[in-house]
Amino acid sequence: MTDPRDLLFSLFAVFTVACALGVVLNRNAVASALSLLLCLVGVAGLFALLDAFLLAVLMVFVYAGAVVALFLFIIMLLDVKGGERKPFGAATVVAGTLAVGLLTTGVLTVARAATPAKDAPQLVAQNFPKLKDYAELLFTQYLLPVQVVGFLLLIAMLGVIVLSKRHEGLEDIK
Amino acid sequence: MIPLTLPACITLAAVLFAIGFFGVLVRRNTLVIYMCLELMLVACTLALVAFSRFNGTADGGVFVFFILTVAAAEVAVGLAIIVALFRRRQTVEVGELNALKD
Repeated sequence: MTDPRDLLFSLFAVFTVACALGVVLNRNAVASALSLLLCLVGVAGLFALLDAFLLAVLMVFVYAGAVVALFLFIIMLLDVKGGERKPFGAATVVAGTLAVGLLTTGVLTVARAATPAKDAPQLVAQNFPKLKDYAELLFTQYLLPVQVVGFLLLIAMLGVIVLSKRHEGLEDIK
Repeated sequence: MIPLTLPACITLAAVLFAIGFFGVLVRRNTLVIYMCLELMLVACTLALVAFSRFNGTADGGVFVFFILTVAAAEVAVGLAIIVALFRRRQTVEVGELNALKD
């Protein structure tokens, strides 16, 4: 009798990796964005399996809801034509594969040594961090980062407004 | 069948990160490159959640909050830059954006 968690983990892992490959390999940008959406849903499922239910919901809201919708909006606004050229060249693929191989080897060397702390509390179903635990951490230990992130959001908002305006006298930069 | 363990989660995150990295390196469309960057960020959040879960703390989750916020801000600014770029150059192909080369 296998653990249903292992079965679900395998399913979600394969699904997420397949969708991630879909993002990279699709010629059409809209199809890439939709693959990204599915991939994020898969990651949200993995979060739920790892008992981070709040983060799973936030992942779907922020990423799948806002980020991918923004991507699709911009793709359709710019009307990017896909499929006329190959999305990537042969030499780039070789170089990319080499670079990715080196990176993966490095990361996996570290990952193989990753073991949970010996004195970590035994994980039971009701031991997962709840909204209250996150709130307590965010408003005590991580109060300064919260303020910084809020400020960052404000600056990003202003930056987008400035970037979206038309600027006179910059037309010679061709 | 892959057991739900910390090394399995970290390996999965590494694979996702590698796929995103590969996309950033090989794709020609700026928008797709940007999506692959998002994929790399998501892989990092997965690793953080896994470490958080298997060490019994909520700190990793808090970092995921921050990454989500920064990613949302980053997407808004990045897409605004891409739109501004497209308005000026009428293209988002990285091969044609070589004004700094000559």
